[in-house]
Amino acid sequence: MTPMSLPTTSQKLQAFANPARFMALSGKLLPIAALAAAGLLGTGLYLALFASPPDYQQGETVRIMYVHVPSAWLAMLGYCLIALASAVSLIFRHPLADVAGRAAAPVGASFTALALVTGSLWGQPMWGSWWEWDARLTSVLILFFLYLGYMALWSTLEEPQRAGRAAAVLALVGSINIPIIHYSVEWWNTMHQPASVLRMDGPAIHPSMLVPLLIMALGFTAFFAALVLLRMRTEILRRRLRVLLLARAEA
Amino acid sequence: MAEFFHMGGYAVFVWASYGAALVLMAGLVIVSLSEYRRSKKLVDKFETAEGGRPRRAAMPMSQSVSGADADGSNP
Repeated sequence: MTPMSLPTTSQKLQAFANPARFMALSGKLLPIAALAAAGLLGTGLYLALFASPPDYQQGETVRIMYVHVPSAWLAMLGYCLIALASAVSLIFRHPLADVAGRAAAPVGASFTALALVTGSLWGQPMWGSWWEWDARLTSVLILFFLYLGYMALWSTLEEPQRAGRAAAVLALVGSINIPIIHYSVEWWNTMHQPASVLRMDGPAIHPSMLVPLLIMALGFTAFFAALVLLRMRTEILRRRLRVLLLARAEA
Repeated sequence: MAEFFHMGGYAVFVWASYGAALVLMAGLVIVSLSEYRRSKKLVDKFETAEGGRPRRAAMPMSQSVSGADADGSNP
């Protein structure tokens, strides 16, 4: 066995570039992700609404956390996925990368909006304000506009290759916002509370609330995965349709 | 039970949050599924019209797609 016989990264990536192979694989993964989402969200909802205690300071409003925090995580995850897909698209010209980015954008944008709305509904009773122009809230609002810009580029440019390139450049430039969002609660004075799960000294949240939160987060993530797979399949079908229509127009 | 819906006086905020999540997530599923079905129908119609699915060997999408349609949307 020589090292020469091992496939390179590029070759490995190319193996997944085949849309037929992706359709076969996603067809198997999609029901698994959908079932996982249903089970986890059902369990998480029960724990969040019935089996977890009210907070000693925030009372029952703490239950908003179980939809607010997973939404915000998905807002970030969705954008990281798009930024990664954009890099792969620009460097390797991998056709599925564009498909993934375009499929994930409306889902990520929706969860960013949900994070903003539930944050507002939590802010009003706890801070006495629906909205503050502070670092965390403003940077997440910018994230929402980055999603909208990315989607607008895809829908305004007719030719998929050009649209994909322009959208990918925007997504990569905008990815500077991701660390800004994460560290905004440390770098600036803010109303928003600091991270209590992903921190250096371990989670600063009691297991009776941490477990429901993690299960909800996993459920949201499985939901996101199922939806993105489904939307990727739609995008591949649309591209196939485009090719068929072009072929017919030429014939 | 009334106490549960009361949410310690914060009912409006708590239930509006969960309601918003429900509406948004259900909406995403409905829109994404209907877009998928529409595209699937169009591709199928086209490939049948082209006669005998000449590209089937090169891009066997339809056979894998039917496997995922456990909801019975496929004829």
